[in-house]
Amino acid sequence: MKKFEPKIIGFLCNWCAYAGADLAGVSRFQYPPNVRIIRVMCTGRVDPAFIIEAFKEGADGVLVAGCHTPADCHYIAGNFKAERRVLLLRKVLKQFGIEPERLRLEWISAAEGDKFARVVTEMVDDLKKLGPNPLKT
Amino acid sequence: MGAEKEKLKFAFYWASSCGGCEVAVLDINEKILDVLEIADIVFWPVAMDVKYKDVEAMADKSIDVCFFNGGVRNSEQEHVAKLLRKKSKFLVAFGACAQLGGIPGLANVSNREEIFKRVYDEMPSTKNPEVVRPKTRTEVKEGELTLPEFYDTLKTLDQTVEVDYYLPGCPPPVKLIANAVEAIATGKLPPKGAILAPNRAVCDECPRTREEKKISEIKRIYELTPNTEECLLEQGIICMGPATRAGCEAQCIDANMPCTGCGGPPPNALEQGAAMMSALSSVLGLNEEKNSDYDAQKMINQIKDPLGTFYKYSLAHSIFRRKVMNK
Repeated sequence: MKKFEPKIIGFLCNWCAYAGADLAGVSRFQYPPNVRIIRVMCTGRVDPAFIIEAFKEGADGVLVAGCHTPADCHYIAGNFKAERRVLLLRKVLKQFGIEPERLRLEWISAAEGDKFARVVTEMVDDLKKLGPNPLKT
Repeated sequence: MGAEKEKLKFAFYWASSCGGCEVAVLDINEKILDVLEIADIVFWPVAMDVKYKDVEAMADKSIDVCFFNGGVRNSEQEHVAKLLRKKSKFLVAFGACAQLGGIPGLANVSNREEIFKRVYDEMPSTKNPEVVRPKTRTEVKEGELTLPEFYDTLKTLDQTVEVDYYLPGCPPPVKLIANAVEAIATGKLPPKGAILAPNRAVCDECPRTREEKKISEIKRIYELTPNTEECLLEQGIICMGPATRAGCEAQCIDANMPCTGCGGPPPNALEQGAAMMSALSSVLGLNEEKNSDYDAQKMINQIKDPLGTFYKYSLAHSIFRRKVMNK
């Protein structure tokens, strides 16, 4: 049997987490290649439907990452809205029979390339334990 | 005397729904006489004795308009949906159940086995020591008896056959039905696939006053009597208005009850549940988020049964369509 390699969709905000991921690359931090990044202007732009669609299309995990609360958001409070959406969606995912751990929210600043690499590494490990997205089986 | 103008042929069908849509047809009151002026009803099981074989004998596309209410829950409903599609020029998904799955669609958090177990074994009012369950075929001495097959998943009408128009609502508001009948009678029909309701959200029809929405505490409707002036969401009651298509003229809100979302997703929303999650998360805790003791999880934990609240009518129509069940 082929070893399970989880697919992760990462919604990263333009100002912090995307720059953090960029820094991870520039700094040559090693992290697993399982994440497909979608750059958004703000985590507040991430409609819960995008995340639902990602799972429906077979993503094993979804990472939403943006600027630190309380004060880093480029648009003042988009990250607070994203946080509540993710927490609420995690409750809904559970009711849909999908493990809420598959959806992760992280605050990663433009200076935290190491944190981005660590978060992705952890997430891949967690998802390998959890197994494939139940919608696929 | 010239030949009388040929009347339109109407059909009505009732699949997996409560029957309220059938009554809604009669709610147009004396307008029903205008309908009969222009139309003959050729099939309406709840009111007329016409058999399926009579419909099968009709020529294809010989029914002008079929109003189909209810989702597709079993093989009989699927058969009739396909049959009426073949026989009708226009097939209209009539009401929330046909369009979105409706309340019966909430059973998509379960499956046939669980539903049967609950209904035929576990219900306190059920006495069934031999654990009799409905079977599609049963041998009796007179021969074989058959029942339709009950499916695991309830489907909307358009997940079963092609649908021409949608009339949202639980049941569809009289005004929308009357508009639809008039559009059909005059031939002024919108493009195929249109939802025959206004392109805006319930909030746009709601007469209540709205300030900037900021909620700190979620309350359930039995916990208070809301005042009749202010927006219900601002009073902490989950009102689906922002994530629901208009057309009802905010009837429930007029009766001081929150919108529960029967109109389905508003224009441009990918699904109703996500639209409401988004809207509610935007306003809940807006005052508290900059406080040092702000706890987002605590805010969100106030929302009980989010799936049942946000997908009350649209679970079968949502992106996931159903709960993932262990095989």
